[in-house]
Amino acid sequence: MAIKANSIQAVGRFSPRLNLFRRFESSIKFAFFICAFLSVFITLGITFVLLKETIAFFQRPEITLREFFFTTDWSPTFDNPKFGILPLVNGTLIITIGSLFIATPIGLLTAVFLSQYASTKARNIIKPVLELLAGIPTVVYGYLGLFYVTPGLQVFFPSVEVFNAASGCIVVAIMVLPLITTLCDDAFSAVPRTMAEGALAVGSTKFEVIKNILFRAALSGIAASIILAMSRAIGETMAVTLAAGQSPKMTLNPAESIQTMTAYIVQISKGDTPVGSTSYLTLYAVGFVLFAITMTLNIIAKRLVQKFRILSV
Amino acid sequence: MNVSKLQKISSKRKVADFVFKALCYISVVLVLFILVALLVGISKDGLPRLNQQFFEGYSSRKPESSGIRAGILGTLWVISITVIASFPIGVAAAIYLEEFADRRSKLYSIIQLNIANLAAVPSIVFGILGLSLFVGILGLGRSILAAGLTMALLILPLIIIVSQEALRAIPTGIRETSLALGATPLQTVFKQTLPNAFPGIITGLILSMSRAIGETAPLIVVGAVAVVFRPPDGLRDKFTVLPIQIFEWSSRPQKEFHENAAAAILVLLATLIILNSIAIVIRARAQKKV
Repeated sequence: MAIKANSIQAVGRFSPRLNLFRRFESSIKFAFFICAFLSVFITLGITFVLLKETIAFFQRPEITLREFFFTTDWSPTFDNPKFGILPLVNGTLIITIGSLFIATPIGLLTAVFLSQYASTKARNIIKPVLELLAGIPTVVYGYLGLFYVTPGLQVFFPSVEVFNAASGCIVVAIMVLPLITTLCDDAFSAVPRTMAEGALAVGSTKFEVIKNILFRAALSGIAASIILAMSRAIGETMAVTLAAGQSPKMTLNPAESIQTMTAYIVQISKGDTPVGSTSYLTLYAVGFVLFAITMTLNIIAKRLVQKFRILSV
Repeated sequence: MNVSKLQKISSKRKVADFVFKALCYISVVLVLFILVALLVGISKDGLPRLNQQFFEGYSSRKPESSGIRAGILGTLWVISITVIASFPIGVAAAIYLEEFADRRSKLYSIIQLNIANLAAVPSIVFGILGLSLFVGILGLGRSILAAGLTMALLILPLIIIVSQEALRAIPTGIRETSLALGATPLQTVFKQTLPNAFPGIITGLILSMSRAIGETAPLIVVGAVAVVFRPPDGLRDKFTVLPIQIFEWSSRPQKEFHENAAAAILVLLATLIILNSIAIVIRARAQKKV
């Protein structure tokens, strides 16, 4: 609502008091502008801090880019430290892919229920439930994973370790489920009703309408929701630290303990690694990789959402 | 095609339709079950520990004599700083973006895009920024002040977004009337737009606050301590918060500490539910007035 103050400008030339007032107004506006611009400084600050310390990390003689990105041994705090980030990336990937594998179908079907089958009454119950689930702090999900999901898994698979990737996947899935459901529900409601009604009128079943029309029309919205959920799962910290453990490993076995990038940052922050040492700088290098991945995903999701806005108009 | 073949296809389609509908219902029931199981399970673990001593006690080596007083006080201190630091800046930024900025300018779209991106940056990355900026460069140490300011950076994008939405919901007519009667743009903002948008902004503030109350990861990076035996004696004092205590107690091997964690989770969830209910009531009242 940019409404220009042309009226004052005209009068201001004649009256010194109004002139002063105008200057006061524009200085306040400028202060507001600084506040808005501060957000850009936060991004710049994050990028600067991460870049600076990551460069310092790679300048250490014992660190090579090749070792960091292509070797599979991560033990920066040991006497004979190894700096291959791949086990942490592996851990993050297992959690992300595993959790989305669980959350996407359930979230999508719940969204279909909300937009196609639910009565107003059912909607009024399920919407707040989703909001509640979305508002639960992640450390609570960690507790849930450690003391409920893992013992539950051990009943069926006795070989499951106390800390295990599967339990991490399940709790992160519960965490991102409300996000997927809400965004898909929005995408479905953006699809024009006439399209679905036309298909029903020529004899399609409800399932055929959903499969052939709703899903296709809302495809970019669904994709955006999955990518945003992915970005959330990658950045998720407390639940995976508690449930999935602290052992960086190149394993694909969900019954074993792993370590994600975020869980490693927690480990270093809690430990007594001397500030400024090479192993301490790994905090920033891992943080930088994390930041770069999530930023890329967010930008892709944003593009997709824009596309689906254009489609739905 | 004969009739029986057609009937076969038709019944197949009906079966697919039914199966899909059933799957949708199963998903919803599963979601409801998760929430109920979570609440029942944690209540069962934690309720027996919720006594007066639990609220008054500090950290202790013995699970039965340790309490959440340090966490509650720490959360209060940290969140107060967070709100004081982020609320005025966030609202001012929203006012600039909604009321004054030129929407077609490049700068406007850069700021908008940036805020949306920041809101999706993992919270632990904000912790790293806080560690370098407040603990390191500004020399605040691993203190309540550094923690509160880090949280302020974290929820600032959220506050801006919700305040913008609240301002956007105010009809343009109100602004135009005010300007037509001779008010300056700034007077219009402070006397008309902002008061009208206030319930929405407060609702947003409360929701952002509940996000900050539940955050754990950035504060671990900034340097929260696990064990505190006394109330904080100032902004530069070391800190712990409720979620950190939950994390610590959950990580210990003894079962009794896990019960403490469950009890602390109940306190945390109750706080968040109360805050959210307040937000809903404010929003409902404001809607009734309009």
